Amino acid sequence: MSTTTAASKEGLFSAKNKKLITDPLNDSNPITVQVLGICSALAITVQLKQAFVMALSVIVVTAMANVIISLMRNMIPDRIRIIVQLVVVASLVILVDQVLKAYVYDVSKALSVFVGLIITNCIVMGRLEAFALGNKPLPSLIDGIGNGLGYGLILVIVAFFRELLGSGKLWGVQIIPDALYNAGYVNNGLMILPPMALITVGIIIWVQRSRNTKLIEK
Amino acid sequence: MENINIFIKAIFIDNMIFAYFLGMCSYLAVSKTVKTAIGLGAAVIFVLGVTVPVNYLLENYVLKAGALKWLSDDFANVDLSFLSFIMFIAVIASIVQLVEMTVEKFAPALYGALGIFLPLIAVNCSILGGALFMQEREYDSILQATSFGIGSGIGWLLAIVSIAAIREKIRYSNVPAPLKGLGITFIITGLMGIAFMSFMGIEL
Repeated sequence: MSTTTAASKEGLFSAKNKKLITDPLNDSNPITVQVLGICSALAITVQLKQAFVMALSVIVVTAMANVIISLMRNMIPDRIRIIVQLVVVASLVILVDQVLKAYVYDVSKALSVFVGLIITNCIVMGRLEAFALGNKPLPSLIDGIGNGLGYGLILVIVAFFRELLGSGKLWGVQIIPDALYNAGYVNNGLMILPPMALITVGIIIWVQRSRNTKLIEK
Repeated sequence: MENINIFIKAIFIDNMIFAYFLGMCSYLAVSKTVKTAIGLGAAVIFVLGVTVPVNYLLENYVLKAGALKWLSDDFANVDLSFLSFIMFIAVIASIVQLVEMTVEKFAPALYGALGIFLPLIAVNCSILGGALFMQEREYDSILQATSFGIGSGIGWLLAIVSIAAIREKIRYSNVPAPLKGLGITFIITGLMGIAFMSFMGIEL
């Protein structure tokens, strides 16, 4: 037991594995660079709490699915791999959905269909195809966590701005003081509406690419 | 009347792209030219029009609490709704496969146009989204579910064709370098979404 943990610890902090975590946060961010998983990313960013729960669910599903597929990678026939992946992901999502319903029912209600849509979230499928099918379980786990984090990061940033500017709250707690409202400050109702999520992500991409010029498209 | 109302609502007000961002991945990836956009859009209409009614039957006669009552009264208390995700995605994946084979056999010309897009569609969020919204909104009849499915598909086609047309033009515009490609597409989609919001509240 102790030898295995020592061995895995050694592997866990190697430079290569660290890169698997840090890369998706910026250089190969799933949302802003790989353009994966936007489907469910935007509709649930009205409130920070929902976004956080969603991000956590995606991290769990991506990491677990990556490990499971990576363990089975030598047994899956190439022709039916998409179906196998869908079944693994769908089972994991059912687990996550049941856990959310049991412990955070109100958030689960607010997320409505979007928990189920993690199944077709391109991040999960994309990482399974691109990474888990060709790598060992441990790097796959780290890759899954890293990509989940990169996705969650964008989600939380978008939700932060939308909730703060749209309803003056963060995590359901009022942040903008009453005095400001009395002085004539008004919440920007547009931020709550769906289109502003797209524009916010557009602006995040703009900021990221002007800081990181090698990502600019020709 | 109710059917038409659901149909129009699915196209304009509850538009898959502008209101729920479903199917954004393929929306962004395949919207570089109008021609391919029309191909993918048609395939989405087709698949949504078939899978939503089938999933409706599945939901109402197998999965819902008490739905198995038609089998025998012993099953009246069975609730299989926790299985809905895996059942829906299985139905979608197999129907897409079936549709692909049928189209290849009977309409080779259509297959040539849609062929490459059909497999992509199994993992298009808007298809599973259509099934899940159908489940959540509890439509009364299969006819309503079908009008919802086809309406959502048409709404999706409308969105992807318009963004493809804009992207074809914008290639010659002077967009700031960091916004090129992805960034400007997001912002334009947002603006189009705001325009589509003017349909809100329309009732037939």
